[in-house]
Amino acid sequence: MANQSDPNAFAFSAAELEFLAEDEVVEIVPNMRMEPLNLISGDFGPFRPQIAAQVPLWLAVALKKRGKCTIRPPEWMSVEKLTQVLEAERDTEKFQLLPFHYVEISRLLFDHAREDIPDIYMVRSLIEDIKDVRFHKIGTGLEIISKEVTYALRLKNLSAMEANIVRPFVTKALQTFHKLNTSEAIPESGSVPSRQRQAVNQRDKRVLKGR
Amino acid sequence: MDSGDASGYSAGVDDDYESLLSTTDAELLKRAWRNEKAAPEILQFEAALVQRSREQIQLMEETVEEFSNNGADPLAVSLYQMDLDRTLFLLRSYLRTRLQKIESYAFHIQKTSDLWNRLSKQEQKFTERCIDDMEQHLDQSVLSKLPHGFKSHLKQSSLSLADDMVPDPQLDQYVICRSKRFLGSFQLDDRHGEEPVNIEANDLYALPYKSIKPLVESGQIDLI
Repeated sequence: MANQSDPNAFAFSAAELEFLAEDEVVEIVPNMRMEPLNLISGDFGPFRPQIAAQVPLWLAVALKKRGKCTIRPPEWMSVEKLTQVLEAERDTEKFQLLPFHYVEISRLLFDHAREDIPDIYMVRSLIEDIKDVRFHKIGTGLEIISKEVTYALRLKNLSAMEANIVRPFVTKALQTFHKLNTSEAIPESGSVPSRQRQAVNQRDKRVLKGR
Repeated sequence: MDSGDASGYSAGVDDDYESLLSTTDAELLKRAWRNEKAAPEILQFEAALVQRSREQIQLMEETVEEFSNNGADPLAVSLYQMDLDRTLFLLRSYLRTRLQKIESYAFHIQKTSDLWNRLSKQEQKFTERCIDDMEQHLDQSVLSKLPHGFKSHLKQSSLSLADDMVPDPQLDQYVICRSKRFLGSFQLDDRHGEEPVNIEANDLYALPYKSIKPLVESGQIDLI
């Protein structure tokens, strides 16, 4: 009966990740006047025309929808920065440092503040490319789990969405390897032939090293 | 992607308690929600936090009411309302996630006093009702029709020594976690005698829930 919880059930939905990303702070330039807001999530404002203010993304998007502000795209969302990231991403096996919610933030800004982003087409395609390169790397990186027995995996610089997508596979794979390596009898997994079990045990003590 | 291995949390544990103290309830609630969603077992009920969040929500509801009666700036009112809705969502989702776990593991939680004590009064009541309903359902649909000796909801047959029909969460399940601070080396599982994993600040790790459980409970590591 122990095997019935499914790691999938514990992953966050895309909407929930977006919800979390909406708390990231961005800079807006209001075009109206409003007293400070003392919200449960913090105090923001006061808002004065042409004076930049720091607000969470959900607030920025809400104001933007009503035409009350322009959003300043974060620094990392410039063509120059993204080109650098993309090149580095292609050149090394390491993952470049991007905001934890870069996928969700850029998506929200593309959807709601397209006219505030200079060179939007370029920025958009750069982010798409970065995403693709990173996903490809994740795929090849995961092969390592099967090559060497791994007890712990460091997912350096992986973003929220990327981590969430690999979660069901990674957690299940690691857990299975871990189980097979434990010398104790394997309850309920009678489906694993003992020959295979031995094969795994020989490689037992190896731990994946940083690349 | 690289890996390490993990455990005893040695250095750098109690550096930033200040940053912990300055964290807002909104942040704390978000963290509680994330941890609860990502952890395989039910965690300690955040009674004080939930109480404070409820009060804040109520206060904010009154404020919004007052604003809209006073003809305050409708834009500000709608923003207050959005903020309120976000907090309400977090709180509801937090409570609901716990109820789902209770539904899945009601029998297990009830017979494990450590888990039972993590529940709020209302959740304990809910668990008991769940169990009653489940027992009644199992009895009516199956158990009453089985031969003597197979009628228990907890055991496969009267020959079973342990309660082998009680689902319990898999604690050796891997979770993805992140620490705000450098936690130093961490021994994953002493059975294997591997080198420990170095837990760096703000990096993601996939580790077995069982081995980081104390760190989750003490708030040193967040589940993602």
